[in-house]
Amino acid sequence: MAAGPFNATMILAILPQIGLLALGVLVSILDLLWKENQKRNLGWLTASGLALIMVLAGVFTAPAAQPVLVFGGMLRHDWLSFVFQMIFLFGAALTALFAMDSEPLSRKGEAYMLLVAATLGMTLMASAADLIMLFLAIEMTSIPLYILAGFIVGDNKSTESGFKYLLFGATTSAVMLYGFSLLYGFAGTTQIYQLAGILQQGQFSTFTLIAVLMLVLVGFSFKVSAVPFHFWAPDVYEGSPTPIAGFLSTASKAAGFAVLMRFLLVVFPMTEHYWIPLLAVISTATMIVGNTLALAQKNVKRLLAYSSIAQAGYMLIGVASVSPLGITASVFYLTAYLVTNLAAFGVVTIVGRSTGSDELSAYAGLSRRAPGLAMVFLVALLSLGGIPPFGGFVGKILVFAAAINSNLIWLAVLGILNSIIALYYYLMVLKVVYLYRSEDENRPLAIPRSWAIAMGLCVVGILLLGTVFGPWYQWSVTAASSLF
Amino acid sequence: MVPLSYYLMLSAVMFFLGVLGVMLRRNAIIIFMSLELMFNAANLAFVAFALYYHSLSGQIFVFFVMTVAAAEVAVGLALIVAIFRTKHSINVDQLSSLKG
Repeated sequence: MAAGPFNATMILAILPQIGLLALGVLVSILDLLWKENQKRNLGWLTASGLALIMVLAGVFTAPAAQPVLVFGGMLRHDWLSFVFQMIFLFGAALTALFAMDSEPLSRKGEAYMLLVAATLGMTLMASAADLIMLFLAIEMTSIPLYILAGFIVGDNKSTESGFKYLLFGATTSAVMLYGFSLLYGFAGTTQIYQLAGILQQGQFSTFTLIAVLMLVLVGFSFKVSAVPFHFWAPDVYEGSPTPIAGFLSTASKAAGFAVLMRFLLVVFPMTEHYWIPLLAVISTATMIVGNTLALAQKNVKRLLAYSSIAQAGYMLIGVASVSPLGITASVFYLTAYLVTNLAAFGVVTIVGRSTGSDELSAYAGLSRRAPGLAMVFLVALLSLGGIPPFGGFVGKILVFAAAINSNLIWLAVLGILNSIIALYYYLMVLKVVYLYRSEDENRPLAIPRSWAIAMGLCVVGILLLGTVFGPWYQWSVTAASSLF
Repeated sequence: MVPLSYYLMLSAVMFFLGVLGVMLRRNAIIIFMSLELMFNAANLAFVAFALYYHSLSGQIFVFFVMTVAAAEVAVGLALIVAIFRTKHSINVDQLSSLKG
């Protein structure tokens, strides 16, 4: 499949990217024109702009059954990239709504602009079909996120988290880039879809190929925060503004998975027998480390960070299964995880805003101060724990089914044991929310409208994915089929 | 003409020195310099391979990598300045308010 010459329909394939660029420019211009008291509306503008791009992309960008390479083979227009782009746009829109009421971000046009820029990078990551494009897309996602993590300049914790994120991110991407340079050296081309064929024809020892695979995996593991490249996650989530932490743990992780799936299955199919066990071990380690460290946490943001590390482990089970069902399961899991984790971080945003603390003790009496909020937290945490009828349950079933189907029964068993451990700390948080009393429990929490809308969308998403999961399952199946 | 393997050896050595620098040094600026060394090791490998294959994409890659590395360092230095203002130090061991 070679890249054809330019034709006008290619523009439709990058419609979401064009839309994101226009939105980013618009936000930064209005940031200069609007007065200080109008600037909160930038959040509405960003969120509705992203929603509009989703609609336009849904109408015009839906790919044909046959995947095509566009723009000289730089991008691949297929269902996998389309589904992931929708996931990113949805996550970014919700993050913009959460950011509107988070003090450091709400009136800053640059924050929204950087959010849009990072989303643009992610959409490119999902569809990149060339090493150059892939590297640029990964960096375009990372650099705005470094700034957003360190956005509160006067705050020690925020700048520290931004710096740590940048240090880990830049180092891992340098290692990944070295891997890319060797891949280019072996094959003489940067086109991802030509690499596999050339690597197979050439007489390369399996050892060399595995070594290069490991270098490249370093960069991807950092993005999905898999063990042993997970150290940054708790620190960065704790220090960065809460809506950004939510965005990092969902959309950015999803982007990492989009790249990981495509790269492993397309470039390295010939060394499958070596990297499947490797991935299974990484997945096990990720689940165990995430869950056991989460048990001891007293800060809810750190707890969610470790929980999100563990969640990456479950998703890796699907990738390690290397079957259409496995990829379907991972895509479905990611969608459910996106709405669930954004809801959880949304609750943390609002509690942190009114109590000024992210410690678990600040959640005592929450069910009396804000029953609706506590209910949302209950739904989100139970969905993360994999309890029906919420989205996380269906995701987990699919992932474990995929592992069993691919004869990785031990992995499925470990996954199930880990979900039981995870349930323990999710319920510990809920115990504080529902059973503990506090002195200020008769003072209700203020819940802004933008936040209520975003939260409503998340809860509806969690419930739909857990009950009427047919359409989303079909979507994931179509997305997975474009890799096989 | 210098054989390809010489370039690759040099690039591997540079990369390794960069990794060592990032892991062992404690001054944030030196860490960034070591990072640049890692990026440039990859760049050297790219241009060497581009010469070997007579293909341009490796050289184009290098231009993009240089731009990205510059952007990354710009953000990094801004963060270092912000940290220096509050801590009066750029020793990365001082960055320990987040842990657990």
